[in-house]
Amino acid sequence: MRKRRLSIIAGAALAGLALAGCSPAAESADDGNANQVEVFTWWASGSEKVGLDALVSVFDEQYPDVDFNNAAVAGGAGSNAKAALASRLEASNPPDTFQAHAGAELTDYIAAGQLQDLSSFYEENGLNEAFPATLIDQLTSDGKIYSVPSNIHRANVTWVNIDVLESAGIDPAVAPADMDAWIADLTTLKDSGVETPLSLGTEWTQMQLLENVLIADLGAEGYTGLWDGTTPWDGPGVATAVDHYSQLLDFVNSDYVGLDWDAATQLVLDGNAGYNVMGDWAEAAFVQAGQTYGTEYTTWATPGTEGIFDFLADSFTLPEGAPHEAAAIDWLTTISSAEGQKAFNIAKGSIPARTDAVASDYPAYQQTALKSFSEDTVVSSLAHGAAAAASWSADLSSAIGKFGSDRDSDALIAVMVSAASSALG
Amino acid sequence: MRKGVRNWGPPLLLVSPTILILGIFVYGLIAANIQVSTTNRHSLAPESEFVGLENYLALLGEDRFLHSLFNLVMFTVVFIAGTMLFGFIWAWMLDKGVSAEGVFRSVFLFPMAISFVASGVVWRWLLNSAEGDRASGLNRIFESLGLGFLQNAWWNEPIWGMAAIAMPAIWQLSGYVMALFLAGFRGVPQELREAARMDGASEWKLYRFVVFPQLSPIALSALIIVSHMSLKVFDLIMSVTGSIYQTEVPATYLWVTLTSNDYAKSATIATILLLLASLFIIPYLIQTWRSEKANR
Repeated sequence: MRKRRLSIIAGAALAGLALAGCSPAAESADDGNANQVEVFTWWASGSEKVGLDALVSVFDEQYPDVDFNNAAVAGGAGSNAKAALASRLEASNPPDTFQAHAGAELTDYIAAGQLQDLSSFYEENGLNEAFPATLIDQLTSDGKIYSVPSNIHRANVTWVNIDVLESAGIDPAVAPADMDAWIADLTTLKDSGVETPLSLGTEWTQMQLLENVLIADLGAEGYTGLWDGTTPWDGPGVATAVDHYSQLLDFVNSDYVGLDWDAATQLVLDGNAGYNVMGDWAEAAFVQAGQTYGTEYTTWATPGTEGIFDFLADSFTLPEGAPHEAAAIDWLTTISSAEGQKAFNIAKGSIPARTDAVASDYPAYQQTALKSFSEDTVVSSLAHGAAAAASWSADLSSAIGKFGSDRDSDALIAVMVSAASSALG
Repeated sequence: MRKGVRNWGPPLLLVSPTILILGIFVYGLIAANIQVSTTNRHSLAPESEFVGLENYLALLGEDRFLHSLFNLVMFTVVFIAGTMLFGFIWAWMLDKGVSAEGVFRSVFLFPMAISFVASGVVWRWLLNSAEGDRASGLNRIFESLGLGFLQNAWWNEPIWGMAAIAMPAIWQLSGYVMALFLAGFRGVPQELREAARMDGASEWKLYRFVVFPQLSPIALSALIIVSHMSLKVFDLIMSVTGSIYQTEVPATYLWVTLTSNDYAKSATIATILLLLASLFIIPYLIQTWRSEKANR
C-alpha cells in the first residue's frame, strides 16, 4: 500500500514535469492579431522611455488600427537586451523590429542573414534625400541599408567649465585649434593648480576620448579609412594619436577607471575639472543642474575635430521572418517621418536624422547640433557601435583599458593592428 | 520479475524528474557547450565547422586571457586565505566562550544573507580610488582619522588590485566559514577535552593536539566551498567595477565575448572554467567517497 502511494506521487510528479514542458512559453504577444507590431528596445526608463512614449503616440495617430506591443528589456545600457535578442534570433523567433545602434554594430546580424534590406523602403519614403548624404554613406553596407535611424547623437563634444578656465587665464570661448594647442592649455590649467584639468571615466569613455583624438589627428577621411582598411593602424597617424592620448591621460582624475560617464561629467559641473569629452546626452546633466549655456559652461567640437560630426544613432531594423512585417514597416515609416522624429527627439534630447527638421522647434544646444549635422562631414563613432562590429570594438576597448594601466603604446598599437586584421579578414 | 519492478520502479520514478532535468539542463548543456567550443562559430551566423582544439590553444596563448587568469588566482588566494583565517579565529574565540555568543554569531553571519550584487554596489563606493579632497568611502575615513597615508587606489592598483576586490568577498563569507568551524569545534566530544585536562594539558596544548586535528575535514569542506565560489566570481566584480580590463577574470571575459557574439570563444572560456572548478571538486568527491566507503 505504501509502495503504491509512492508510485502515484512519483507518477504525478513526472506528469507535472511533462505538462510544464508542454505549456506554451509565456508570450506577451497575442499571436492571433495580425494588426500589431512587437517593438524590441532597451528604452525602459528616463528620457528614453519618455521619447518612446512620444513616438508611440505619433504612431497611434498615423496607424490607429495597429496595436503597439512594447517588448523593452531594461538594464545594462542595452547589454541585457542584446543578450535577450540574440537568443530570440537564434531560436528563429524575432520581434517585428528591434533597436540597434546604426552602423557597423549591425554587421553580425547582416552576416548571419537575420536582417532584411531596407533600400527600397528608403527610396519609397524619400529618405535618401531627407537624410544627409554622408549619413547615408555611413549606413550603407555593400550597397544596402538595413536600419532606419530614429535619433542622432554627437560624440565629439568637449564640455567646458568657464570659471575654471577663466581663473587660469584661458579664453573658454575659443576652442584650441588642434591637439597640441589643447595639451598646452591643459598644461596651463594644471600649472595654475587645477588637479584634474580633464575628467575621464570608465572604459567606454576612454575609448570615446581616444576616438576623438584619432579623428583630430587623422581627419575625417583618415579616420573613416581605419574601419575599411584604407588607413593603416600601424601608420604614423595612429602613432601620433596614441601619443597624444597618452599625454591627455596625464591630465585626468586618478580614479577615472571607476567612474561612470555621469560622475566624470559631474567633475566639470562642480568646477573640479576644466574639460570633459562626452556625447551630447551630457547636456541634460548641465540643464538639470540649472547651469546656463554660455555663462557657466560651454561646448565645442573636440579640438582638431571642428567641421566633423562624430555620429551615433539608435535605429530600427526589419528582421528576416518578422511575424508582422506590414505592421513593422508602418512602424519604420512613423520613425522616419518628420512628425515621429520630432516627437521622439524633443523628448529624448537628441536630434533628428532628417535635414528638413525645423530648428526653432528645438532647445538651444540641439539647434547648434542640428546646424553642424547638416553642414559637417559625418563620421561613425567607435565607442557606440557605429564604426566597428561588436567583437572588434570589444577587443579595442579592452586594449584601451589596459593602456590606462601600463601606458605601453607599442602593445596598444599591436592589439589594434591584430584586431583590425582579424575583423577585416 | 514483477516483484523486481515493484522494488526499484517507484524509487526510480521518483528520482526520474531530477535525472531528466539534470540530464538536459546540466550535462546536456555542458556537452553542447563543449561542442560549440570546438567549432569556429565566432559570430551570430549558425554555419560553423569543427576546428578541434584551435580555440583552446589560441586562448591559452593570449595575453588578455592569461591576465584574467592571474587576476583570478590573486583573487582566489586572498579570498581563501582571508575567509579561512577570519572564520577560524572567530569560531575559536566563540568556542572559548564569550557572553552573548548568539549576538556575535548573527553579526558575523548576516553579511552572507546579502547578495554579492547588493554589497558590490556599497563596496563600489567604499573602494573609490579618489584621494585627497575628493576622497570618498574608505579613503575618506582614513583621511578624516588622520591616517591619510593609508589611502590607496584599491582595485586600481596594477598588480594588487584584485586583492582589494577580495575584501567584500571576505567580509561576506568569513561568517559562513566561522559557522562551519564552530560546528566542528562543537563536534569534538567533551570527554576528550576532559581527558586531556586530566592528563595535564595546557589550554593551548588541548587545542593544538586534541581539537585542531579533528577540524581538518571541516577545513577541507570550507576550502572546497569557498574556492569554487571564488572561481565562479562574476556578480561581485560586475557590480564593483563593471567588465573592465583591470579587474577582468575568466567569467567576466566570457560575458564580454558572449555579448560581442563570439560564441566559440565564450564556450571555450566556459569549458576552461569548468575544468578549473573540477580540479578542486573531483578530489573532494573522491575523498568523500573513500571515507564513506571506509565507514560502511
